[in-house]
Amino acid sequence: MKLWGKQKLWRNALPVICAAMLTLYSSCAGRQSALDPAGPQSLRLSRMWWLMFWVCTVVFILVMAALCEALRRARSRARPEVEPIAERKITKVIAGALGISAVILFILMIADFMTGRAVYSQPQNALQIKVYGRQWWWEFQYGDPQPSRRVTTANEIHIPVGRPVMLQMTARDVIHSLWVPNLHGKTDLMPGYQTTMWLQADRPGTYRGQCAEYCGHQHAHMAFLVVAESNEQFNAWFENQCRAAHSPIDASQQRGQQLFMTRGCVMCHQIRGTNAGGRLAPDLTHLASRQTIAAGTLQNNHDNLGNWIADSQHVKPGNRMPPSGLNGEDLQAIVSYLENLK
Amino acid sequence: MTPGEDAVKSPTDFSDSVDVQRERRQLAETWREPTGLVGWFSCVHHTTIGRRFIITAFVFFLLGGIEAVLMRLQLARPENRLLGPDLYNQIFTMHGSTMMFLFAVPMMLGLGIYLVPLMVGARNIAFPRLIAFGYYLYLFGGIFLYFMFLLNSGPDNGWFSYVPLAGPQYAPGKRADVWAQLITFTEVSSLVVAVGLIVTVFKLRRPGMSINRIPLFVWAELVISFMIIFAMPTVALASTCLILDRLIGTHFFNPAEGGDVLLWQHLFWFFGHPEVYIIFIPATGIISAILPTFCRRKIFGYTLLVLSLVATGFIGFGLWVHHMFATGLPKVAQSFFTAASMMIALPTGAQIFCWLATLWRGKLVVKTPLLFVLGFFFNFLIGGLTGVMLASVTLNQQVHDTFFVVAHFHYVLIGGSVFPLFGGLYYWFPKITGRMLSERTGRWVFGLMMIGFNLTFFPMHQLGLKGMPRRVYTYLPGLGWEGLNLLATVGGSIMAVSVLLFIVNAFQSLRAGEAANDNPWGAGSLEWATAAPPPVYNFARLSVVAGHDPLWDEFEKQPVVTGVRSDLREVLVTTVLDAAPDHKYLMPDPSMWPFLTAVATTGLFVGSIFTPWAVVIGAVPVTITMIGWFWPKRREQEEQAAAEHGHHSGAGKDEGPVGGERPIWEGQA
Amino acid sequence: MRSLPRITTAITIIASVSVWAACEREHRRFDDNPPSAAGNIRQSELQPGSAQLEASLPGPYEDNAYAVSEGKRLYGWFNCVGCHSHGGGNIGPPLMDDKWIYGSKPENIYATILEGRPNGMPSFRGKISDQQTWQIVAYVRSLSGQLSKDVSGGRDDGMNYKPSEQSTKKEQPKSKMAEQP
Repeated sequence: MKLWGKQKLWRNALPVICAAMLTLYSSCAGRQSALDPAGPQSLRLSRMWWLMFWVCTVVFILVMAALCEALRRARSRARPEVEPIAERKITKVIAGALGISAVILFILMIADFMTGRAVYSQPQNALQIKVYGRQWWWEFQYGDPQPSRRVTTANEIHIPVGRPVMLQMTARDVIHSLWVPNLHGKTDLMPGYQTTMWLQADRPGTYRGQCAEYCGHQHAHMAFLVVAESNEQFNAWFENQCRAAHSPIDASQQRGQQLFMTRGCVMCHQIRGTNAGGRLAPDLTHLASRQTIAAGTLQNNHDNLGNWIADSQHVKPGNRMPPSGLNGEDLQAIVSYLENLK
Repeated sequence: MTPGEDAVKSPTDFSDSVDVQRERRQLAETWREPTGLVGWFSCVHHTTIGRRFIITAFVFFLLGGIEAVLMRLQLARPENRLLGPDLYNQIFTMHGSTMMFLFAVPMMLGLGIYLVPLMVGARNIAFPRLIAFGYYLYLFGGIFLYFMFLLNSGPDNGWFSYVPLAGPQYAPGKRADVWAQLITFTEVSSLVVAVGLIVTVFKLRRPGMSINRIPLFVWAELVISFMIIFAMPTVALASTCLILDRLIGTHFFNPAEGGDVLLWQHLFWFFGHPEVYIIFIPATGIISAILPTFCRRKIFGYTLLVLSLVATGFIGFGLWVHHMFATGLPKVAQSFFTAASMMIALPTGAQIFCWLATLWRGKLVVKTPLLFVLGFFFNFLIGGLTGVMLASVTLNQQVHDTFFVVAHFHYVLIGGSVFPLFGGLYYWFPKITGRMLSERTGRWVFGLMMIGFNLTFFPMHQLGLKGMPRRVYTYLPGLGWEGLNLLATVGGSIMAVSVLLFIVNAFQSLRAGEAANDNPWGAGSLEWATAAPPPVYNFARLSVVAGHDPLWDEFEKQPVVTGVRSDLREVLVTTVLDAAPDHKYLMPDPSMWPFLTAVATTGLFVGSIFTPWAVVIGAVPVTITMIGWFWPKRREQEEQAAAEHGHHSGAGKDEGPVGGERPIWEGQA
Repeated sequence: MRSLPRITTAITIIASVSVWAACEREHRRFDDNPPSAAGNIRQSELQPGSAQLEASLPGPYEDNAYAVSEGKRLYGWFNCVGCHSHGGGNIGPPLMDDKWIYGSKPENIYATILEGRPNGMPSFRGKISDQQTWQIVAYVRSLSGQLSKDVSGGRDDGMNYKPSEQSTKKEQPKSKMAEQP
């Protein structure tokens, strides 16, 4: 079957169009979606996206229409046309098309500059958080005039709805990139540099962020959560974080704490209020208040915590935490101790 | 022959007079390439070397494709355990490095090596031994990379190898050094080929092929050759700094001791952005070569197309920071790069408009090469438009380092380069091999590739916007990425089938395909004015060129250049602008020295991964081989002297009409 | 074309051999169980009775660059630097010279870290895993140039206190009697 050019294009375009529609219909919403803005910056960025999308779609349709028309004419012609007068006319058409393209590009560029001005302007009264990117987890430190209230936590931050949050970021080892699509674009964390960006959430929710610069073996499992909540909830959370760790309440938890302090855990982890003062791994003072463990990889529940402590290499091969060699009652004891660290 | 007729009679189908037949035999004898094993390593003819480049690049394309299939299989399901993180990281690095350094650029250069001398009407490429050296170095570099990969020493830090991840502290072992030396191999290889191409285009054109008659594919190869000369040294510098940091403890990229991690990114992307235009621009040249043939008219807007090529080449050097929009550079500085990145859409758009105009006013002949050109329009346009989106800093910060970017660059690289490449392979296969590829299978290849490619990469736009970053070996379920990933994997398999079908097509055609005459498509450029495959001397009759589609401009009535000797490897060197004959030049004989020099250089490069002394010790064999290469050969000197004085050496006996003394370029056919 | 089967066979053979002989240097061993030499580590060269063949436990990571780099990281993390500096020694003996009080073989260093030693070296038993211990052992040996150059580490990504282990001359280890305090 001999297919003409235009029919062939349609036949091949059809599955593409179906795929396109399928993908477009699949929901834009999501916990980690740039098209589901929850803050003013991501809102402006998503508007920029839709502007670009529609402009580019129109351009695409126009050019494809021109192509189809050209194919139709070329198919129906007996011999090619080369008269100079018509060639000059087409030259004018092309010049016009180029002019229109330049204007469109200029408009898009201006739209980008305007969006940029709105998105990057420095906010007032921002909550300050320092971010340290490490292989393969996130260390967050809340700023405060009082040193005792400079909360250090890992892999999850809470922010009050409607208040800007200023992030001052650097990396402890290699280049990482902090990205919470629902709230803003990404900015890299680089050793030797301090980069800043500000975020704001305008509606409460839990938004997932992920490292967006290849940083080694477990780049794929380096995520974190941003929990946006009301001011009261945020203050309550923050006050809780300022407190030292809860003491163990039963024998099993006591055993768990004893194991924690005498085994390798203390070499890397910190639990404020105890002797565990390691600064190399996530702060565990309020581990049980977090929704996930292992930098957003696992839900923070009893089984996952146990599996993680027993052999984290099975879950996240190459991560810096060695297998603990614990099992049975000892493992249960440590898990129940950690579950108490709310 | 006018463009309106279908190609039946080729311009070489003249009944050769006895003199011309005798001349052909002598030319064949003079330009004969040696056979046997030693002969294989001594070849210096551009068609042989060009074929080797093309085949080797295609093999690397297949290897890179296998790596891509593995990646897609791993990402088909969340938390898949097919490949662990270490192996996946090596595979995606190998995929990128293979496709960019071992397939795309060498393939385009290989096409150039094969076609440019034919298109400009020369008997061989300039500096043929240098070109041969470039091939061997490329081959050895690729073999080296894959050998190290099999030894578990393949690079695993991405094809861009950012520091400090690729630095001495975070990349233990030799993997990053292997990557850095791969750069050195391929960069030197590309540089020497670029030099040869530039000199060929400037100095070896057929009389009459003034600068405004140079075929657009040749223009494209000229532009990328200049781009290579300016871009490749930057990445060589960067990779050298990396090796120095890793091997002898310099601090180029160590912030604590005065270095800077961003320095790497600037150096790399100053090369990296022109690199993608080096890959794309020859594809536009292929389009400009194919379209006129299948529209039966000359290309519309030749001058605009040339200016667009040159403009793209220039502007392409001013875009590199758009790969670094997330690094916190000053916003005002970034905005310049936004402007430039958007501006480069204009010359590319101009090219598209000119091609559309050619189609608009032409008479359509639908064959497989044209189908790939149409596929290019569809796919590249999508890629180019997403490129404009990425030019904006604000939007870029959302989609940078996500699958959106993966979709974009595959649309521009596959849609914009691989599709035209396949079109070009279907188009020039008859010329290179003397056989036609099957038209029916070709349509299947096109259809499957079109469907497979779009199914693979279109969902990736969505994936990126939904938050999936790049270079991840797996992902968590529940984020809405599973379906799109699976769709992409299915599409990838369809693409793989289409490539396999192409290989089957090629093998079948080589063995039993329909025989092709000199000009099966009825095209207008000079490479079709000789037999298929071309004889080793390329052209027997050196006709003057009268337009930029020589075969459509009363080729058979054109005067013929006489005075170029057929008993020596002589070529006619012409001036740069007007291609007026300038002087004659003796091309070198086949020689093993380029191969031996490449072997010595390989030893130097590979050794310098392990110890800096390799540079000193390795320089000795390199020097020896280069001395052997450049040592003047008595016989060649005698021939040169004899040619200059109008006598011939004992080798040639012919005193016929073309054995004269001074070149004259007006003569009767 | 005819030689294609031959070329393919040659490539397959080379590939198989290479994979089988895959470089130990580059293996990233994440979840490893190297031997824990709890018992038979000898420190002295003196033996009762007749001399016996030495049954020594080779260090499992002498040829593994990843393990050496992990050892370097752990050397900093677990504060070996606090007493030994970056090999130059301080209140702890230097580790980059040729004098070894308790033996320079991998199993000796392993025992040192595990058991601790008199006069200040703590015992890390139970605090760091066996794999981590052997990684540190490999790194410590590289400090005096005992490991091959392609496995030893390059310069630090940070302040540099000394030439990298790659450029460190290989010392000839000598036993040194423990000095009286």
